[in-house]
Amino acid sequence: MSRLAAAFALARAQNRAAFVAYVCAGDPDFDTSLAVGRALLANGVDVLELGVPFSDPLADGLTNQLAAQRALESGMTAGRVFELVRRLRETSEAPIIFYTYYNLVFANGVAAYVQAAKDAGVDGILTLDLPPEEAGEMAAACRAHGVDTVCIVAPTTPDARIAKIAAAATGFIYYVSREGVTGVRDQVAGNIPEAVARIRAQTALPVVVGFGIGTRGQVAEVAAQADGVVVGSALVNCIRDNLANRAAIVPAIAARAADLSAGVKRA
Amino acid sequence: MPTAVTVAPPLDRLSLPDAGGHFGRYGGVFVPETLMTALEELGAAYDAARKDPAFQGELRAQLKHFAGRPSPLYFAERLTQHCGGAKIYLKREDTLHTGAHKINNALGQAILAKRMGKQRIIAETGAGQHGVATAAVCAKFGFECVIYMGAVDMERQALNVFRMRLMGAEVRGVEAGQKTLKEAINEAMRDWVTNVRGTHYILGSALGSHPYPMMVRDFHRVIGQETREQILAAEGRLPDEMIACVGGGSNAIGFFFDFLEEANVRLIGVEAGGRGIRRGDHAARFEGGKLGVLQGCKTYILQDTDGQIELTHSVSAGLDYAAIGPEHAFYRDRNRIDYAYACDDEVLEVFQLCSRLEGIIPALESTHALVHGLKRAKQMRKDEILVINLSGRGDKDVNQVAKMLGVKL
Repeated sequence: MSRLAAAFALARAQNRAAFVAYVCAGDPDFDTSLAVGRALLANGVDVLELGVPFSDPLADGLTNQLAAQRALESGMTAGRVFELVRRLRETSEAPIIFYTYYNLVFANGVAAYVQAAKDAGVDGILTLDLPPEEAGEMAAACRAHGVDTVCIVAPTTPDARIAKIAAAATGFIYYVSREGVTGVRDQVAGNIPEAVARIRAQTALPVVVGFGIGTRGQVAEVAAQADGVVVGSALVNCIRDNLANRAAIVPAIAARAADLSAGVKRA
Repeated sequence: MPTAVTVAPPLDRLSLPDAGGHFGRYGGVFVPETLMTALEELGAAYDAARKDPAFQGELRAQLKHFAGRPSPLYFAERLTQHCGGAKIYLKREDTLHTGAHKINNALGQAILAKRMGKQRIIAETGAGQHGVATAAVCAKFGFECVIYMGAVDMERQALNVFRMRLMGAEVRGVEAGQKTLKEAINEAMRDWVTNVRGTHYILGSALGSHPYPMMVRDFHRVIGQETREQILAAEGRLPDEMIACVGGGSNAIGFFFDFLEEANVRLIGVEAGGRGIRRGDHAARFEGGKLGVLQGCKTYILQDTDGQIELTHSVSAGLDYAAIGPEHAFYRDRNRIDYAYACDDEVLEVFQLCSRLEGIIPALESTHALVHGLKRAKQMRKDEILVINLSGRGDKDVNQVAKMLGVKL
């Protein structure tokens, strides 16, 4: 069983949703980011979703744009991102997935990139701007190297497309709970149970819900309906809020992750 | 000129793009899932509209009465004398309402958005010409209008910002990255992802995801179609060479399109050489760019070895962009369209020369085509004909040029 499948199986056995945490690799610098990743995995995070910093993150809200900018300014490169994963792997067997944009995968050859990711210890790749229509080369490379693909379903996705997307995914389906970019919102979108049901009607893969989830109450609300919950910007904000005193970042994000991840237990 | 290269066999220009928006290996659809359905709906709506005589009739009428088409094809007698070579004609897109070719596409997409029942329009703008054209059509048709513009561009094109606001548009400055066209497109796409159901995004160049490169090209084909009729009327034959500037490449592809199958007409696109071809100092994608995916399509992009998009520079905001339209990349591979570049200092010089000799102040973007055109005219025989697309007028640029020349206004 892959690390991803094992993580979802464990969560299911414990009657809870999996807790997926997003941070940007190298935010605000390599060493802090490594400590952040380890702290997250020690505080209830089942799947670590690492944003690969890109110069033009057009699906991301301001919080994650600035995180990517900090990471790039601190000297993150493709090689350093892989190095970060290797260092995380020294102490953890938890699944790690990349959240990225296609140009970063494409730039030096898709197959070479996927292989490098696999060698570093990456379990899956979510490519934001790669719909299944264009994903043939990526799918083949991921299959060849045993890396899972994670695909997005949006509120605007009709049923016929869900089938096409599900066929392209091997890790899990990431349901983007609202139209828009990443970022914390006051309220969880209202239509999640219906959307999750529509997706489950077409695939046996785990359905994970993200975008706009940032409090323990919101995590609990979504955990009752889906196989996994993604929190991103709320964690990234722990980094942003402590930039003046980087030593405070790790305790802040660890406490936040512990609090949020407690929400995944179902009543 | 690269006359020794082999030109690929003729190709039916109307056969491209394919159903997935591909021009060979270029183009396609690379966007977040939230936009996929909207792009499919847009493609279907455009497909129905272009076959509908009522749509085409309304577009033709608006192009005539609102935009002021046809634009003249003007014999530039003094520039011709100055160069002492080929006869130089200027296709005068600068005479159109709002000051540039951009109005062709803005009108087409606005009429389409009206058919689709959208109430809100968004657009990006670099030099501000597309923003002004979009603001104008939104005022005319009663759409709510939001224009995204990089903060640096807002400063160098302050006049156009005020123009857009006069016509009721909300202009939102973008502070991310290098604060120019690329960042404005990112922000417009974020808006579209968020408000996709009631909003139409009038993308302003032959860029982005299918169907935009095809649709924008089609709306600008009128430039080349008129040029063909006008040069036949004036000279009784087709030109030997045609030159246009290329940012995303909308004026150029519209100008060239109906000549692609005319093997005896040389076509040249001119990119922005900026301060010279060094990393970060220019926006000439065919000089150091490589294949990649940016903002919806696969094409030539200025990027580093990891795939991070590089900084660009050009004196003209409208050419200051890291990617080129996918159809241009396709025809370059086939050696059907050649590409050159012009640098800031040459542009500044020819901007003044054209103003002085012809009484026409060209846009800095279009001046790139003039720079290369004047070089070519000198190399051509007197019985040869060169047509340059004067894609826009330079009124918007006079403040910036005055500042660069050290003139206090």
